Amino acid sequence: MSGYEAVIGLEVHVELKTRSKIFCSSSTEFGADPNSHVCPVCLGLPGVLPVVNRQVVAYAIKAALALNCEIAGFCKFDRKNYYYPDMPKNYQISQYDLPLARNGYLEIDVDGRRKRVGIVRLHMEEDTGKLVHQGTITTTPYSLVDYNRAGVPLIEIVSAPDLRTPEEARAYMEKLRSVIQYTGVSDCRMEEGSLRCDANVSVRPIGSRELGVKTEIKNLNSFRSLQRALAYEIQRQIEVLEEGGRIVQETRTWDEAREVTLTMRTKEEAHDYRYFPEPDLVPLVIDRAWVEEIRRTLPELPDARRTRFMEQYGLSAYDAGVLTATREMADYFEECLQHYPEPKTVANWVMGDLSRLLNAANVEITACRVRPAQLGQMLRLIDRGIISGKIGKSLLEEMFASGRDPEEIVREKGLVQITDEGALVAVVDEVIAANPKVVEDYRKGKEKALGFLVGQVMKATKGKASPEVVNRLLRERLH
Amino acid sequence: MALLARLALSEEEKEMYTRQLRDILEYAARLNELDTTDVPPTSHVLPLSNVFREDEVGEHLAPEEVLANAPEREGGFFKVPRIV
Amino acid sequence: MLVKREIGAVELLQAVLRRIDEVEDRVRAYITVTREEALQQAREADRMLSRGEVASPLVGIPVALKDNLCTIGVRTTCASKILYNFVPPYDATVVRRLRDAGAVLVGKTNMDEFAMGSSTENSAFFPTRNPWDLGRVPGGSSGGSAAAVAAGEAVMALGSDTGGSIRQPAAFCGVVGLKPTYGAVSRYGLVAFASSLDQIGPITRDVEDCALLLRAIAGHDPLDTTSARFEVPDYASSLEDGLRGFRVGVPREYAGEGIDAGVRDVLMRVIGLLEEMGAVVEETTLPHTPYALPCYYLIAPAEASSNLARYDGVRYGYRTRDAEDVVDMFMKTRSEGFGPEVKRRIMLGTYALSAGYYDAYYLKALKVRTLIKGDFDRAFEDYDVLLAPTSPTPAFRLGEKTADPLQMYLSDVCTLAVNLAGIPAISVPGGLADGLPVGVQFIGRPFAEGMLLRVAYCVERRVGTFMAPLARDPAAAGCAYHGSGGDTAGRGKDG
Repeated sequence: MSGYEAVIGLEVHVELKTRSKIFCSSSTEFGADPNSHVCPVCLGLPGVLPVVNRQVVAYAIKAALALNCEIAGFCKFDRKNYYYPDMPKNYQISQYDLPLARNGYLEIDVDGRRKRVGIVRLHMEEDTGKLVHQGTITTTPYSLVDYNRAGVPLIEIVSAPDLRTPEEARAYMEKLRSVIQYTGVSDCRMEEGSLRCDANVSVRPIGSRELGVKTEIKNLNSFRSLQRALAYEIQRQIEVLEEGGRIVQETRTWDEAREVTLTMRTKEEAHDYRYFPEPDLVPLVIDRAWVEEIRRTLPELPDARRTRFMEQYGLSAYDAGVLTATREMADYFEECLQHYPEPKTVANWVMGDLSRLLNAANVEITACRVRPAQLGQMLRLIDRGIISGKIGKSLLEEMFASGRDPEEIVREKGLVQITDEGALVAVVDEVIAANPKVVEDYRKGKEKALGFLVGQVMKATKGKASPEVVNRLLRERLH
Repeated sequence: MALLARLALSEEEKEMYTRQLRDILEYAARLNELDTTDVPPTSHVLPLSNVFREDEVGEHLAPEEVLANAPEREGGFFKVPRIV
Repeated sequence: MLVKREIGAVELLQAVLRRIDEVEDRVRAYITVTREEALQQAREADRMLSRGEVASPLVGIPVALKDNLCTIGVRTTCASKILYNFVPPYDATVVRRLRDAGAVLVGKTNMDEFAMGSSTENSAFFPTRNPWDLGRVPGGSSGGSAAAVAAGEAVMALGSDTGGSIRQPAAFCGVVGLKPTYGAVSRYGLVAFASSLDQIGPITRDVEDCALLLRAIAGHDPLDTTSARFEVPDYASSLEDGLRGFRVGVPREYAGEGIDAGVRDVLMRVIGLLEEMGAVVEETTLPHTPYALPCYYLIAPAEASSNLARYDGVRYGYRTRDAEDVVDMFMKTRSEGFGPEVKRRIMLGTYALSAGYYDAYYLKALKVRTLIKGDFDRAFEDYDVLLAPTSPTPAFRLGEKTADPLQMYLSDVCTLAVNLAGIPAISVPGGLADGLPVGVQFIGRPFAEGMLLRVAYCVERRVGTFMAPLARDPAAAGCAYHGSGGDTAGRGKDG
């Protein structure tokens, strides 16, 4: 770069997957008809009062522990006052000066280096409703409001400004998602809105200890957007400063289509949220016994699990990383090992063919029709030579589509590998006779020609011939 | 202040309210006669803490009930003028 | 209620409705009278009574509700244009409890807009008049409820009290009004004014009714985080326990200058009566009293400014007709929908919370609140109850205090500190001054409503209950009553 370094901090909102909302008993389920999951409380009708969902606090504590935070012994809720049509009360119940947790950290790996990123605080708050526009927010003549989402529980996680590059920021987000997802308190899907991110970024001359003026960037809908937006904004700020200008402290939005950040011009004056303690709620006293009880429910977290996979199963860092990206995937992998204890083989199949099938069908590993026991069964069939590896691939596809046992499919479709030499010799001889030129090429030294002949035998046997046997027979016959 | 409170005031109103508020605030400044250095604030008079509800889904309002009082609606939504 | 065996619920309701027909055009206590629903409820009550199902002493009793209590299917306006057509899809918890108890809900009473005021003149619709003198205010903000009870337009009523809004109108109208301990009665469904000060309470003709109504509505509610868990006593059963040895403190700050001579006379007489009954009455002090008013007028508007932010025309209520965009809509809707007192308090509250001023105003007020509460805690170490006037003057004339907001605020000096401390207080008529009722106020420790009702009962036994001229003779033209002192009209409950 040009003598400047970037300073980046991320504010992440995570939707907690409790059954009911944070302050009322309305359902948090996604995708319902508009305004069908609301009650007087989350609608902000006159006279209503909030009541805290205990599970929200428990989940928030769990997430905070997974992020190595200190849990406050005493915390409270505050009102954040501002007007917006998606806010039923025109104030949001949040936490201001006494949040649930502070002083945590997350370790990320970028370019082979490990870096610790501080987490300043984690607090609980309620989500707003959703606005629907015709076109964009600036061109629409009117907007429609749906309050289903109002009151859904959120935790806000604020990082320290320890990130220096867009890559680090992305790594932080990916790690954060992984860790939170492991705890089970949220699905953490950016595409569904259960994971949201705003970035604060400034630049300063390398070596300077002071912070430059920062801008806030919103509308980051994917990790890719985050990375690109940061790269753009950093560059933009550097250019402004190099031309002698000043950075305006403002909120900018990332325009995905044009790949630029733009000023968000609104009528809103500088935000004065007029925070004060929420009088309708009482403070929370978090006793250590409760925290320890929750700590005991923490699963093995991604880093620890990846390390163990490397050590226990001899997997590479990369493979271990892929297999532990989500808790469900790691669980699936280890359950497969119960049925077929060859880690590298299982890893290859799961990371390769199975993942390909899952992605193509847009299915989660939890909904995968191939159960670990069935995968194990299939691998044993290959081991015993009953089917070839190649058949295995198409067998897997069938298993994935139908959920049936491999042995059943093999039986039904007659996929049993033909290893009997007697049966194959005839076919081999036919193929040799039918391809004299290729035979000659092979005899002249072209190894590849053998492959062609093997392929022809496979074709003639509908793939059921054992490739090893065919290979051997051909070589024998041709010498 | 009026913008923060989302109130549109005429010039006369602004004058009147400014005057009245100033009087009231001057009166309120009497509080500064008291030394409250070591006094904790009382936000809640009741010594309650940790009041919770369980994570169970309860009854919702029917969408018709939700929208019954809506000044303007479209389908299942509330309708408002443009934001920006 | 003995009466229930003597007359049926429908008959009782019809008597009340007849009275409404006779005097309502002059008193204007109600915003909405729910005639048909009430008749249905009365018929149902009669059915229950004839089956011997008397779940509660309130079966069949006509009760009026202040119009800031949400009632399902019945317009709830808070006497504001901004909620002129709001029909709640849910009942406030206290309303549900009354329904479950078999009470008959007569209608929704007038009030100062959003409970901000001390005279009911701030209603966006019309002022209510005092049945004792139609040229005078009934007090506020629960003026409609107090007037309705005083005029016989309801047997009992519910009001709400944030700075004196039950007690002061009760005193002005010659009836009984009680503000429970903060947390004793659920606030769910009470349209919020100042969340840490609001409480719902009974307004009734006599102390026994007050005890019965309080019992029906008090008690923990899981829908209100700030409601207390406690065993609700049978308040009515301990009324007759007497006062021997009772220690009563009279804070000097409430009995000095600024108190009307007539009011002071009544106070003195009540002190004498208490002593006759065996109580020990002494002067005491609540030194931070002068700071209660500024403290209240920072905390209450601050909380109100936030509680009233939701009135923006999006989901319910009034919306301005032409708005260019949403910010414009918010501003016009609120400016057109709120009255001047409400706007004043919203701005005051917004200011007190704003950046740069929070510490000096709101936070400071919260600290002073601790000091004020401390005064009461100390006083209750020496005394069982405290005694003070409910209001510095009897009912004033309509329009008398509307010019200067501060003047109006000063009429709350005797009641505000009680809300700040969250403790209970009852106003009971102590006598007349120039023919107008004067209320005396007993203040108690947290959850000491039983004790307050007992003391009030003893006083009532001596001075009697008071009936407004309009109630005694509904046909009277309603000029000022110039009587010669207390009226002991017994405890008749029929029209």
